[in-house]
Amino acid sequence: MLAPLRFCLALMALVGVLAFAVPAGAQQPSSVNPTASSVKEQQLLKELNKVQGRGTIPDATSYVLQQPAGRDWRRFHEVTLPWVGAVAILGMLAVIVVFFLVRGRVRLEAGRSGQTLVRFNAFERFVHWMTAVSFILLALTGLNVTFGRGLLMPYMGAEGFAAWSQYAKYVHNYASFPFTIGVVLMFLTWIAGNFPAGGDLTWIKQGGGIVGRNHPPAKRFNPGQKLIYWFVVLGGGAVAITGYLLMFPFYATDIAGMQTAQIVHGVVGVLFVAIMLAHIYIGTLGMEGAFEAMGRGQVDVNWAQQHHSLWLERERERGRVDAQGGRVAAE
Amino acid sequence: MARMKFLCDADRCIECNACVTACKNEHEVPWGINRRRVVTINDGKPGERSVSMACMHCTDAPCAAVCPVSCFYTTADGVVLHSKDLCIGCGYCFYACPFGAPQYPRVGNFGSRGKMDKCTFCAGGPEKDLAKEEYVKYGSNRLAEGKLPLCAEMCSTKSLLAGDGEIIAQIYKERVVKRGYGSGAWGWMTAYRESIAS
Repeated sequence: MLAPLRFCLALMALVGVLAFAVPAGAQQPSSVNPTASSVKEQQLLKELNKVQGRGTIPDATSYVLQQPAGRDWRRFHEVTLPWVGAVAILGMLAVIVVFFLVRGRVRLEAGRSGQTLVRFNAFERFVHWMTAVSFILLALTGLNVTFGRGLLMPYMGAEGFAAWSQYAKYVHNYASFPFTIGVVLMFLTWIAGNFPAGGDLTWIKQGGGIVGRNHPPAKRFNPGQKLIYWFVVLGGGAVAITGYLLMFPFYATDIAGMQTAQIVHGVVGVLFVAIMLAHIYIGTLGMEGAFEAMGRGQVDVNWAQQHHSLWLERERERGRVDAQGGRVAAE
Repeated sequence: MARMKFLCDADRCIECNACVTACKNEHEVPWGINRRRVVTINDGKPGERSVSMACMHCTDAPCAAVCPVSCFYTTADGVVLHSKDLCIGCGYCFYACPFGAPQYPRVGNFGSRGKMDKCTFCAGGPEKDLAKEEYVKYGSNRLAEGKLPLCAEMCSTKSLLAGDGEIIAQIYKERVVKRGYGSGAWGWMTAYRESIAS
């Protein structure tokens, strides 16, 4: 009976010695440095420009811990984009005003003949105006996002401006659909006449009749119009695609993709506004006899002779102009 | 005047998500909105670190700078808050935020965002302090009661500290000295342009 008891005591003494011997080391400052093998924040930022890990929430965008690119995007949206927009839009307005004062309205030199031919049919006019009206809505509501805070809020007050901006956001989102459909239809309907062609360089070299008083011949669409066409198709495509990426956030992109989409959308958008100002000018005030092309669909034969002589010839060959059509001086 | 900050000690965080749960419960945050979250870097590998992240209430807050309707404001304590009445749900504050703090409820067609929601440092919103309207919109206002944010109070290892920036920086520095290591105050350089030498 004594032997097992002594064995137990010896065992307990051994355990006691071990128990006191081993953990004593943990109470002093450890020589182990867990940070040596861990990730460092600045190192991750320098290498990847992002700190990302894993989480337990279903929303995967939450796994990005830090994205300093947000700071660069902020500078773009607060500084760069307003400058680009202001220079482009105000600059274009200034150019138009100066041009009008110097060159004046492009007049019908032979006056009106009274004879007309069809330039744009009903479908083309519908597509153009659907796109144009949508564009105006998109432009005004879009510019509000960048410039509204500075230009409108002081006059509308915080609540009024916020309410207006809320509706503006919905208008912008919904008007995007007729605009996109219109751009696609315009692309298909007018692609035939808008390929770069031989006569284009000549037209450009002669200033197109807008700089100087030459009358270089042109087909249905002159190079100026072709530039507008391709800008609308390509630029319109760009704002549509980036716009839908912004409207379906994180559907196809991560945060960097969203920032890029917004940058492209903003820059192309303000350039679009600037270029459309020129287009609107030339189609209304800038050129006599131009608006009716898209308004009524028919243009005066003298206008066609002056600006699109090759197109007029073709239309005559196809029998779309009266046999009597031609240069007739106004009384 | 105190300048409120958050500090998450990545060497102590055990990814228990008590801070996340506390925040969700205290403010009755709706499903899908994550004011606070825990992100684990190098999960399962040596040197794994977890960090609890919500709004850092930055100096010169980028969210406030890009907001098209200027719905943000900074309180005297340095807490960045916003007004849900003015917010139009455009999403720009999320693009600018380095920490991904703004959250949006999914309200409608396409990716339509509702009013932005984010960590308020338990300081409510522009409504009258401790009023019912304030609670319904922004959650509880512990700062008005003289308390600190609940996430930090509930942290099981006291890795998440919240309060006056000077005091919590001091606490963290003492920890680093005492134990001999520290991976630094994650996010402080980006949010406050400060680093705590570890």
